[in-house]
Amino acid sequence: MIRNFVRVNLVALGLLVGPATAEESFIVVQSTTSTQNSGLLDYILPGFEAETGIDVRVVAVGTGQAIRNAVNGDGDVLLVHSKQAEDQFVADGWGVERFDVMYNDFVLVGPKSDPAKVKGSTDIVAALTAVWDTQTPFASRGDDSGTHKAEMQHWQATGIDPTNASGEWYRETGSGMGATLNVASGMDAYVMTDRATWLSFGNRGNLEVLVERDPRLFNQYGVILVSPEKHPGVRSAAGQRFIDWLTGPDGQTAIESYKLDGQQLFFPNAK
Amino acid sequence: MQSFASEFNQAITLIFLGDSELWAIVLLSLQVSIFAVLISALIGMPVGAALAVARFPGRRVLIVLMNALMGFPPVVVGLLVYLTLSRSGPLGVLELLYTPTAMIIAQVVLVTPIVAALTRQVVEMLAEEYSEQLRSLGVSRLASVPVLLWDARIALVTALLAGFGRAIAEVGAVIIVGGNINHVTRVMTTTIALETSKGNLALALALGAILIGIAVAVNAMVSALSLRAEEEGLRHA
Repeated sequence: MIRNFVRVNLVALGLLVGPATAEESFIVVQSTTSTQNSGLLDYILPGFEAETGIDVRVVAVGTGQAIRNAVNGDGDVLLVHSKQAEDQFVADGWGVERFDVMYNDFVLVGPKSDPAKVKGSTDIVAALTAVWDTQTPFASRGDDSGTHKAEMQHWQATGIDPTNASGEWYRETGSGMGATLNVASGMDAYVMTDRATWLSFGNRGNLEVLVERDPRLFNQYGVILVSPEKHPGVRSAAGQRFIDWLTGPDGQTAIESYKLDGQQLFFPNAK
Repeated sequence: MQSFASEFNQAITLIFLGDSELWAIVLLSLQVSIFAVLISALIGMPVGAALAVARFPGRRVLIVLMNALMGFPPVVVGLLVYLTLSRSGPLGVLELLYTPTAMIIAQVVLVTPIVAALTRQVVEMLAEEYSEQLRSLGVSRLASVPVLLWDARIALVTALLAGFGRAIAEVGAVIIVGGNINHVTRVMTTTIALETSKGNLALALALGAILIGIAVAVNAMVSALSLRAEEEGLRHA
C-alpha cells in the first residue's frame, strides 16, 4: 500500500513540477500584498488565463521584496506601487519599461476615540503631526514596502523622524499590510493603509477611516517586464502578453468592474 | 466573541461541505511533507546510525552540530534554499523556485537533522546493549548498522513522526521558496498565514483546526501500524 502511495505521489509530483512541456505556459508575477489580499487578482486573472492559456502565478510580498526578487530574476513581471523605486529598477537595467496600470489611495485609519483629533481632515501631514504631538500609538509597516515608503514620505514632510520614538508609541511591525492592521486593531493604533486592503480587511475592531482624500495619498501601480537581457530565463513573450492585456481595454475594464461591498477598489489609468 | 464563535462554526461547516480548493491544499501539504520526510529518512537514518557506531576524530563535534541543527530557524533555511534556487543562484537553471519541489527541499533540510539526531540516539543505545553479542558473531561495527536500524524500527517511526510534525507545521521556509502561489504552492500553513493577514481570523483558526486534525490522524495511523507490526513481530518470535 505504501509503495502504491509513493508511486501515485511521484506521478502527481512529476505533473506538478514537470519538465517545461509547453513553452511559457505560465508566468511568475512578483506583486504586492494589496493586489492579492484585496481579491483583485483572483477576480481579474481568470479572464486573462482563459483567453491566453497562460497561467499567472502570483507571489505577493511587499514592494521592496518584490523588486529585490525581480532583480534576482525570480519573476517575469513586476506589478507594484512605488513609482520612484520602479523607475530606479528600470534605470538600473533590471526592467524593460514601466507602464501605469491603475491607482487607488491610501487612508489614515485609527481608533474611533481618535485621541489626535484628526477625523475628517484631508491633510495627511497635519494629521501625522497631531499624532506625533499626542504620542498616540502608531503602527508602521517598517518593511520597505510601497506603503511604508509612502508613509515615510509624509513623515518627512512633517519634519519629524518618528523612528526616534520606535518601540515607544511608534511601532514598526516589519510585516505585511494585513499583519500590521491586525497589530493596529489590537492596540488601537493609527495606521496608514491602502484603501483596498482596508476595505477587504476582516478584523477592524475599533478602527475606522479618519483621514482620506488628500491628493498626496494617491497610490499609483505600475507594471514592468523583467529584463530578459539580465536574466535570459525570463518568459518575456508571455510576460509581455500579460502586460499588454493588463494595460489594454480588457484588463482595464476588468480592474474597473471589481467591486467589494459595492465600492470600486482600483481605478484603471493606463495610457 | 459571540460573533467570532459563529464565524468559526461557519468556516468549519464551509470547509467540511467539501470545498474542493481547500482539499487540494490539504493534499498538497501532505504530499510535500510526506515526501520530505521519506527523503529525510533515506539520508538521516544511515547518517545517524553511522554516527552512532563509527568512531573517528571529530565525531562529537558532528553530533553536537547535528543536534543544534534540529533548531535551525525555518526562515533561515528558506532563505538559504531561496538563494540557491534563485535564477541568480547556483542552481537557478533548474527553475525549481516557486515549485512544490523547492518546498520539499526546504523541508528536507529542516527534517533531516531531526531524523539523524534521533536515530543516532536510539541506535547508540542499542549498539551498547548488543555490543557483546555482535562482537561474538564477528559483525563489524558498520555492518551492524542495518540490523540495529531494523531492531530500532518502532523508535525510528517516532523520529519520522517528529520530523513530519516539523515539516507539516512549518510556514517560514515554504512561504519563501514556494511563494504561496494559489493552486501551485499554497499549503495549509501558508493559507493560514494569508487568511490571518486578511483579518479573516475565524477562517484561519478553522484551517488551523484541520491542520491539527491531520496531524492527529497521521499519528494515529502510524501508531496503529507500528502496534500491528509489533504484535506480528512477537508472534513470529
